[in-house]
Amino acid sequence: MKPEYDVLVVGAGHAGAQVCTALRQFKFAGTIGLVGDEAEPPYERPPLSKDYLAGEKTFERILIRPEKFWGEREIDLLLGRRVVAVDPEARRVTLADGRQIGFHKLVWAAGGAPRRLVCAGSELNGIHCVRTRADVDKIVAQLPSTRRVVVIGGGYVGLEAAAVLSKLGKPVTVVEALDRVLARVAGEPLSRFYEAEHRAHGVCVQLGVTVERIEGKEGSVTGVLLADGSTVPADMVVVGIGIIPSVEPVLAAGAQGGNGVAVDALCQTSLPGVYAIGDCALHTNQFADGARIRLESVQNANDMAATVAKAIMGQAQPYHAVPWFWSNQYDLRLQTVGLSTGHDQALLRGDPATRSFSLVYLKQGRVIALDCVNMTKDYVQARALVMGRVVGDVDRLVDVSQPLKTS
Amino acid sequence: MPQLVVKTREGQELQVDAQADISIMEAIRNAGVDELLTLCGGCCACATCHVYIDEAFVSQLPQMSEGESELLSGSGHRLATSRLSCQVVMNDSLDGLRVTIAPED
Repeated sequence: MKPEYDVLVVGAGHAGAQVCTALRQFKFAGTIGLVGDEAEPPYERPPLSKDYLAGEKTFERILIRPEKFWGEREIDLLLGRRVVAVDPEARRVTLADGRQIGFHKLVWAAGGAPRRLVCAGSELNGIHCVRTRADVDKIVAQLPSTRRVVVIGGGYVGLEAAAVLSKLGKPVTVVEALDRVLARVAGEPLSRFYEAEHRAHGVCVQLGVTVERIEGKEGSVTGVLLADGSTVPADMVVVGIGIIPSVEPVLAAGAQGGNGVAVDALCQTSLPGVYAIGDCALHTNQFADGARIRLESVQNANDMAATVAKAIMGQAQPYHAVPWFWSNQYDLRLQTVGLSTGHDQALLRGDPATRSFSLVYLKQGRVIALDCVNMTKDYVQARALVMGRVVGDVDRLVDVSQPLKTS
Repeated sequence: MPQLVVKTREGQELQVDAQADISIMEAIRNAGVDELLTLCGGCCACATCHVYIDEAFVSQLPQMSEGESELLSGSGHRLATSRLSCQVVMNDSLDGLRVTIAPED
């Protein structure tokens, strides 16, 4: 660890790793430090709820770069360290152990911490989240002695985990507080499709019901008591109810924000010399109609990293990247382009019964997003429609015999 | 261990050890070549591991899935020899395979 770095990056996830890599690709000659609060070098998080949980990929295979890469590129990995304070005037951060590191530019890429249960019983053994390698290793270690699993939260992480755990032969119940799965991120037809798929794979899906408390015996989980008075027996509970952005030290230093740290189009915070990128960056997104949002995706992490690397190199270009996302559950490959939030019309393109279809989202007649299930062709072709916010021809959009692409 | 010859965007040629049963995307990444973003980690959900395969080897490769082909069709740099390197798993018969990293989209 050097006493100071020309660029200090806090957070060793996709965003943090990529800003370092991109800087070296742009021939940045200064010193770079990458601080991560986990023990591992940067790794991919999406497989945590998929191949890695399933045991189909070893940890080495989900490393973003081989371990020796960082040293070769003269990027100092400062792992197992947590930044607890930022001093924007003195340009230094303080670590949990009291040590300090100076910076010329700071890139805050700390992501988020999983939202935890607050109900009674939430301290019991056998309750897990899916955010880090350590989280998933704990799940895997408990699996041999696990008979029944309850997944709390019917978002992507919860559903992906449910798919893997049920494929591993565990009886799984998904408990979702809203009246459909994926309620915050997708239109109703997609929710109903995934609900039916999970049920067809033997997963019990309970909707519109909240968790009252976690029940336990001798310190370990025995079940989940729901608000309707019923108890779902379980010796493992997997909680997937979103993340809370890890921004407290930068906000305490005076950066504007709230639900995330606010950034401008170049990912600069209100503090001079301090950028923020990835899951924790509250930004104006043109694909959300100019709304201030946080976007939790590899796409956003990577493209914001590129934005900051260019800005540091004096080649600033505003962040303007089409959002995309994927989710693999069972043999279903969901690919999303655009942001469907705020849509006023959702058109089915193809028949969900064929397990290959798309959902086209319109807002005031313009195409803003597509969810494509086993339908990569639509996903690829829709990109131009979403980029251009093209006025949708409804008859054409629902006609699978006609390609989406007009030219 | 089968060998792979990788030509980077900068025109550099590298000899790379490619473990059998691992995709050539992973072999390229493990060799420290940073030009492939490999954003989806190799699950055929993006197209950021696009390479051109030496013509002599094209016929020996596994057939392209519809998904891979569709993703490649979204690239402005697709050629007849294009593949997503995460979808080509290395084996001994591919020893000496030459690949060129495609331009970034």
